[in-house]
Amino acid sequence: MTDLIELFLRSAFVDNLALAYFLGMCTFLAVSKNVKTAIGLGIAVIVVQAITVPVNQLILNLFLKEGSLFLPKYNLEFLSLICFIGVIAAMVQILEMTLDKFFPSLYNTLGIFLPLITVNCAILGGTLFMQQRDYAFVESVVFGVGGGFGWALAIIGLAGIREKLKYSDIPHGLRGLGITFIIVGLMALGFQAFLGI
Amino acid sequence: MSSKTSAKDLIWDPVFNNNPIALQILGICSALAVTTKLSTSLTMSFAVIAVTACSSAAVALIKDRIPSSIRIIVQMTIIASFVILVDQVLKAFAFQLSKELSVFVGLIITNCIVMGRAEGFAMKNSVSDSFFDGLGNGLGYSIILMVVGFFRELFGSGTLFGFTVFATQSAGGWYEPNGLMLLSPSAFFIIGIFIWVLRTWKPEQVEEA
Repeated sequence: MTDLIELFLRSAFVDNLALAYFLGMCTFLAVSKNVKTAIGLGIAVIVVQAITVPVNQLILNLFLKEGSLFLPKYNLEFLSLICFIGVIAAMVQILEMTLDKFFPSLYNTLGIFLPLITVNCAILGGTLFMQQRDYAFVESVVFGVGGGFGWALAIIGLAGIREKLKYSDIPHGLRGLGITFIIVGLMALGFQAFLGI
Repeated sequence: MSSKTSAKDLIWDPVFNNNPIALQILGICSALAVTTKLSTSLTMSFAVIAVTACSSAAVALIKDRIPSSIRIIVQMTIIASFVILVDQVLKAFAFQLSKELSVFVGLIITNCIVMGRAEGFAMKNSVSDSFFDGLGNGLGYSIILMVVGFFRELFGSGTLFGFTVFATQSAGGWYEPNGLMLLSPSAFFIIGIFIWVLRTWKPEQVEEA
């Protein structure tokens, strides 16, 4: 149990997907202009991450690996990339339809962000780290939630800072993207401090 | 962009005038973590150039036959196939490098540059134009990767491509390596400063924020 808590803290803070591995940076920089949308996107990432990482873990271990349950004779791991991306696209689609049908209010908040998430590297990255580090099923659930949580935390923090940034006097060439990078760098420094936990 | 633009423009335009990273905020995702060393940056650059150019050309080749409702899935499958190719080649011929690049080769799939060029350019243009456009965007991405890799390796470990440039103190020299350069925040700082320099040089790129 303590292992799992440690894994959660580790994936959420120290190995933060956005700040330590640069994953999901495109959306991270593009959708962090105000806090409200950042929260929406953050929640969407947590949800999708929590579903896709365990599902991909099952697919990897039941079908693709050598000696797997259903296809023990073949080592199909070279197909894993194409399978993972297919699973992610399908999961996002299914999630979108389910939310639309059963939770319309939630769908309205998250709706626009869900398609964006398919091409968010944080999601695929989470799955690939799961494959590389060989997580078991329970670990993959914890890692999925933890990683998503860390990403959400980072984007909400950045959005908060950028909202305040409007009032500051920034050198001309640094405005917009330049200063955002510097801020992300400072945030990453801050998150490095969690290494001590 | 009209079809008359020459191959040269298609290649050079994205490098400085319309850089995918500095101006379009695309494709920063997957690759910055590999820039602690020049050799990994270079490998990553080649991988991305190859994938972008080939997948753009492939998408342009079959663009008339792709139903528009499923085009994203089709593009993704094409891109994923090329990435698997690159991944397998790296594993076969440069195993050590592919270990160091770890998951980041696979992440080329979700690199927005590749997808963005397939969707935004290749769907509307001829095969050769798309190929050169992919090549140019790959180069624009590579130049940032190389710059970041150069500074991080030089100041972080005192070496370039693994050869000693500044003799470090632990090896009996004078240079105290800057440990920050090996950590992720430094990549953000370097890109921020790179954008600053680029925009001071080409003021029309400045955002009015």
